[in-house]
Amino acid sequence: MTPQGSQPQGLGDDLRALARDPHARLGVKDMIGTCLGIGAWGLVTGVAMVKSGMDAPMAIFMSLLVYAGSAQLAVLPLMAVGAPLWVVWLTASCVNLRFVIFSSMWRNYFHYLPRKHRLAIAYFSGDVIFVAFMKRFPKPEPRPEQVPYFWGAACANWLAWQIPSIAGILLANAVPLSWGLGFAGVLALLGVLLSMLQDRATWLATIVASTAAIAAFALPLKLNILVAIAAAVTAGLLIEAADRHLRRPPFRLTVRSRATDPPLPPADPSEPAVAPLPEERRP
Amino acid sequence: MSWSWVEPVLAIIGLAVITLVSRAFFMIPERELPLPGWLKRGLKYAPLAALAAVIAPELFMTQGRFIHTLLDARLPAVACAVGYYFWRRDILGTIVVGMAVYLPLHIGLGW
Repeated sequence: MTPQGSQPQGLGDDLRALARDPHARLGVKDMIGTCLGIGAWGLVTGVAMVKSGMDAPMAIFMSLLVYAGSAQLAVLPLMAVGAPLWVVWLTASCVNLRFVIFSSMWRNYFHYLPRKHRLAIAYFSGDVIFVAFMKRFPKPEPRPEQVPYFWGAACANWLAWQIPSIAGILLANAVPLSWGLGFAGVLALLGVLLSMLQDRATWLATIVASTAAIAAFALPLKLNILVAIAAAVTAGLLIEAADRHLRRPPFRLTVRSRATDPPLPPADPSEPAVAPLPEERRP
Repeated sequence: MSWSWVEPVLAIIGLAVITLVSRAFFMIPERELPLPGWLKRGLKYAPLAALAAVIAPELFMTQGRFIHTLLDARLPAVACAVGYYFWRRDILGTIVVGMAVYLPLHIGLGW
């Protein structure tokens, strides 16, 4: 996992090199704001695993291997009642479908890396890293500093999740779930979501997605998340198209008022203060 | 000693494979899979939609039903958290403010 994707040294050397890299430090710094929420969520997931009847070694094994909070929480009740494996796996797949969409965006940044390195990046790419990364690198093109940035953020996220998760497993009976500590995780995601709202289209898409997710909540396998994504993508595309349509006349106006056009006559105070439509001003 | 550990271990290994395959999906092939342009533009709304879809039921539903009382600690907590976010643009503070409102109401008053 070196920044360049080759494997000449051991993992320890890689991590030391990473710790010195300024871009990796930036990645860590960008994750610190949400670490508290991720940690609370990890703690609650750890406790929930043990409370669902799993023994501690198995729960630690699950936490370290699966590393997907929302999928883990979704399948715990199923595993607790001994649901068939295909139901467990299908549920997790549906909850994880959003990552399939994210992966098409990760590809823009990392397609040139060897496949092994791409898979390693994919495994460690959670929701919060995705959002932080896309905010830091909005242009979908590869840059050399993205790889250390990613691994810095990924290490921070991994520690912020696994340490509280394992602590929750070991201290399950001392942490009361009734306190609602998982709410901190929701607040962390809420903060991330708010930081993504930039314009009318993103606001609308968010409202549509929230409404759809609640309306379709009764669907099995957490399919309401997929319904919400489909609804929000449609709404986003529609409002983009509407915006383009509405913006066309002012756009033409600015193009026409270049130096080649005769200057507009000074406004006559006796005239009503209504701007003429572009068509009316056309020579 | 029973074989009861086999099935959870199988389930967990399968779940790990699902994590990897779903997160890697479009990064697995060496060549890019062609996607239509409108879909690419539309997919930029997918991340926030996914987040909103995970959060909204957590904020506004109780045991699968829409919230039916205003005496719920989540509502004032979210209002304060959102307000703080737009004031300071700081996620850590948003979590702290939200929990500072939530915990006393939830544990103290049982909302």
